[in-house]
Amino acid sequence: MGKNNTGFSWLLKMAWRDGKASYGKLLLFVFSITLGVAAVVSVHSFSGLLKENIASQSKALLGADYVIESDKPVNDKVMGIMDSLGGADAREINFMSMAAFPGNEGTKLMEVRGVEGGFPFYGDLETSPTSAANDFRNGGALVDAVTMLQLNLKVGDSIKLGAVTLPIAGELETVPGSTSVFGAIAPPILIPFEFIESTGLVQTGSRIEYKYYFKADEIEDMALLDEKVDPILDAEEADLDTHLSEARRLGRRYENFGKFLNLVGFIALLLGCVGIASGMGIYVQMKIKSIAVLKCLGASKRQSYLIFFIQIACMGIVGGLLGTAIGYGFQQLFPILLGDLLPVDVDITLSLQSMVLGLSLGLAMSVLFALYPLMKTLYVSPLQALRVVQETQSRSKWATIAVGLGIVLFVFCFSFWLLGDVMRSLFFVSGLLIVFLVLTAVARFFMAMLKKFFPYSWSFIARQSLKNLFRPQNQTLVLVLAIGIGTFLISTLYFTKDMLLEKAAIEDSANSANMILMDIQKQQVDGVSNTIQGAGYPIIDKIPIVTMRVETLKGKHVEDIRKDTTSQVGRWILSHEFRVTYRDSLINSERILEGDWVSMADSDSDVPISVSSDFANMAKVTIGDPVSFNVQGRIMNTVVQSIREVDWSRLQPNFSIVFPSGVLENAPQFGVMTTRTSDDMGSARLQQQLVRQFPNVSILDLKRILGLLEDILGKIGWVINFMAFFSIFVGVAVLMGAIYSSKHQRVKQGALLRTLGAQGAQILKMIAIEYAVLGFVGAFMGVLLAVLASTLLAYMLFETAFTPSWVPFFIILPAITLLVFALGVGNSIGIVRNSPLTVLKKEKE
Amino acid sequence: MSKILKVQHLSKTYRSGEHDLTVLNNVSFEVESGESFAIVGPSGSGKTTLLGLCAGLDTTNEGEIWLCGQNLFDLDEDGRARLRNENVGFVFQDFQLLPTLTALENVIVPLELRGVKKATAHGKELLAKVGLQNREGHYPSQLSGGEQQRVALARAFANKPSILFADEPTGNLDDETGTKIEDLLFELNKEQGTALVIVTHDLELAKKTDKSIRLRSGKIEETVG
Repeated sequence: MGKNNTGFSWLLKMAWRDGKASYGKLLLFVFSITLGVAAVVSVHSFSGLLKENIASQSKALLGADYVIESDKPVNDKVMGIMDSLGGADAREINFMSMAAFPGNEGTKLMEVRGVEGGFPFYGDLETSPTSAANDFRNGGALVDAVTMLQLNLKVGDSIKLGAVTLPIAGELETVPGSTSVFGAIAPPILIPFEFIESTGLVQTGSRIEYKYYFKADEIEDMALLDEKVDPILDAEEADLDTHLSEARRLGRRYENFGKFLNLVGFIALLLGCVGIASGMGIYVQMKIKSIAVLKCLGASKRQSYLIFFIQIACMGIVGGLLGTAIGYGFQQLFPILLGDLLPVDVDITLSLQSMVLGLSLGLAMSVLFALYPLMKTLYVSPLQALRVVQETQSRSKWATIAVGLGIVLFVFCFSFWLLGDVMRSLFFVSGLLIVFLVLTAVARFFMAMLKKFFPYSWSFIARQSLKNLFRPQNQTLVLVLAIGIGTFLISTLYFTKDMLLEKAAIEDSANSANMILMDIQKQQVDGVSNTIQGAGYPIIDKIPIVTMRVETLKGKHVEDIRKDTTSQVGRWILSHEFRVTYRDSLINSERILEGDWVSMADSDSDVPISVSSDFANMAKVTIGDPVSFNVQGRIMNTVVQSIREVDWSRLQPNFSIVFPSGVLENAPQFGVMTTRTSDDMGSARLQQQLVRQFPNVSILDLKRILGLLEDILGKIGWVINFMAFFSIFVGVAVLMGAIYSSKHQRVKQGALLRTLGAQGAQILKMIAIEYAVLGFVGAFMGVLLAVLASTLLAYMLFETAFTPSWVPFFIILPAITLLVFALGVGNSIGIVRNSPLTVLKKEKE
Repeated sequence: MSKILKVQHLSKTYRSGEHDLTVLNNVSFEVESGESFAIVGPSGSGKTTLLGLCAGLDTTNEGEIWLCGQNLFDLDEDGRARLRNENVGFVFQDFQLLPTLTALENVIVPLELRGVKKATAHGKELLAKVGLQNREGHYPSQLSGGEQQRVALARAFANKPSILFADEPTGNLDDETGTKIEDLLFELNKEQGTALVIVTHDLELAKKTDKSIRLRSGKIEETVG
């Protein structure tokens, strides 16, 4: 007997015929995929575009082809190297300093950049007026435009930097090398290079950066230059950055955030697919008679399976395409949401890669998740057309396992593609599985408990609505999953943001500082103290600082470590100029992890020092290891006596290396002082006074920095919430799909109840209770899981105690419950509006 | 005349909890090509089970069924499906039209499954033959019971089947419509030379057939003709 003679075109035709009559149900599935794909595509495409734009604008970001920089004046060897490279085309000295504006008594911490030569060679020095970009080189200053606006400054006003007073030549809009995030704390000022020395601000302890800018020929290989010259410069405590390495560094900074957002988007897509799987189960259930009839008419198992498979694949393709288009629209919002946190202007385009990604994701995910429910079509007996038969054959166990593994494998591979790290991908997939399993377990447990302890004494309406939660083909599991995951995401993000802000917040106590004064010379300490106390404010801390570099680690000289290609010691340790303090006790941001704290010592023997755990990890040292330092020419031998854990996120001076008292008191040093001012006016007055008397002292206003931090976290939070809301939107789509899929059951039940005398209000109450319970259980589990996850994050990542904020419990939880309730009731209103006969007739259609 | 259906010593037993329930017990009969044949009996006598087995919709391991020269139990499910598509037509008590397909689309499904070209034109002819030329774009839910059964008849005869199985074809219709459908059924049976196997409890309908058997508790109680 031959095969039947239909080809693929007939299957397509049948899929279309059947699909067009069921388009209402299929449309909701498409909607779920569309939103999920839009979430992934928008983030993925935007991250890619940002990276491309950074790469294409890398020269403009640096202002040159490459730069050689050092935090101390370069030595002869470095000079020789620069000469061999054809000599620098421009140079710059920059540091942070307080600037005073005599015209209006204003002061502000600024990034002073003294530039010489034709810098920038690429990108624009945008000024207002435009001519100021050149005019300032004749003895003026370009001042950050926002600062000019804030302090009400005009072109022609004076700016005082240390001992030098210069006229403001123009407003500085953009300049290569100044980032807007850092610029918010210390905005840039450009002055001619030759005025730097006469400011008198280059003193002991000043954090000064020396930069030499180079223009290269088009053909010059930047990667090769970096590879050859950078190691030589490293040994001389200088560094070479090409525009390519700068672009890579900047790209990496945004990449992690992009990856995180991608995962959030991917979760939204997964959620949509769970909804599809569940909806498809009901869809296939409704099609069983049709499948049986088709088999009676001679359709094979494969054919009846493929008809529905094609429908799913088409839904995936349509969802993928629509999702890509909507994702393209959504990515236009990212520059608006992130604002000046982005380093470059991003041209929004739709790349072929994004289109392929959206299409393949939509197709692969929908097909993968629909395979399991579709398997049921294979086991439909044609006898079902004649009479109701009990299913004797269920889905193959192996096929079920294979589909499950396929889904997990796909999710893992996609996560790996996003994250590029096996362990992280494993964590992500495991975390996701745990959340899915917990929510599934809770939903099942809830239904089992409801069955076991069913409240038979309750009213008919309450009993009937609760029974709906575990009736055959109920939607309890999928709705608890969808609502739970959406709520979990939003609440976890909220808690995390809260934790970050709380850690950074200044303790509101009389003992905690809100102003840090830096770069105080030894002879200025008493004067600065008197000024602060004279203004009526306390001195909270006086912290002495001595600068030094590592000379040897465990007896091995840094030069030898550099040459040793197998060494695991971080390069930063070998070239960094450490700012070290000495004291006899620990401070509140520190705790001892290993060894013993030593309060006092003398320099006769090896000095017992304390290092931070980060230093110990990077320098590969542990308790008892010898480390020697070059303290401004003098070699000092020490031994690691204790390793401290330091909470760097606290807005206060923290140190990698701490010496005991009694050793460094006579070394050349400068100081940091902290105080607590009462209000903004008092703070401004004190700053004016200090800048007038001690122009080299830099002042950090922690309140202002915290405000900026909140602003940045707020912007990032917006984007994260935006992505998390995708999950909720998908949840809504899944919810509507689930309601729609189960509507025929409810409609029939409602109409029968009405026929038996139930009133419309009673039926509506039943539905309302059911959805309110579903919404509450899902959202409550989501918040509860978020508390657990945040506690883990607080313990493992942030190392802090976690007190959940009330917002997720009292705002997110009721809001989501209400949303589910409103959607459920809103979608079911048709049941009570029409007569039972109309409803039953409609249902039949 | 050749034998289109041959049933030999057929039994079917269902397991119900701890007990075996025999619904067919040693049933044997034959149907010739072009002949009309009725299976009658009260509810629960095994009529529909017998029809399902004869059409290859179900299987059993006791007895044999030869349909169009093929031993049904030698074929797998897809093999039986192909046999049905090429040789068998169906009419069901509750019509069993595909609800998402229009009247015309329902009629042409068996033709398309065979890869017949100009299936649509042929389907239109068939619909015209059952008097529904103006209803081809209507969905089943937009048709009356009689109209739906006429579409089902057109679908059943679309492939010019060698044998047609009808399960209570007039059971869901009023007398007048039922009679019209019966007439149409026999007319098409005569016209196309299709053997007709009707399951019914309607003795008047059974009398119109060439032969009939009466089942009771799974056994043949009486053979007529």
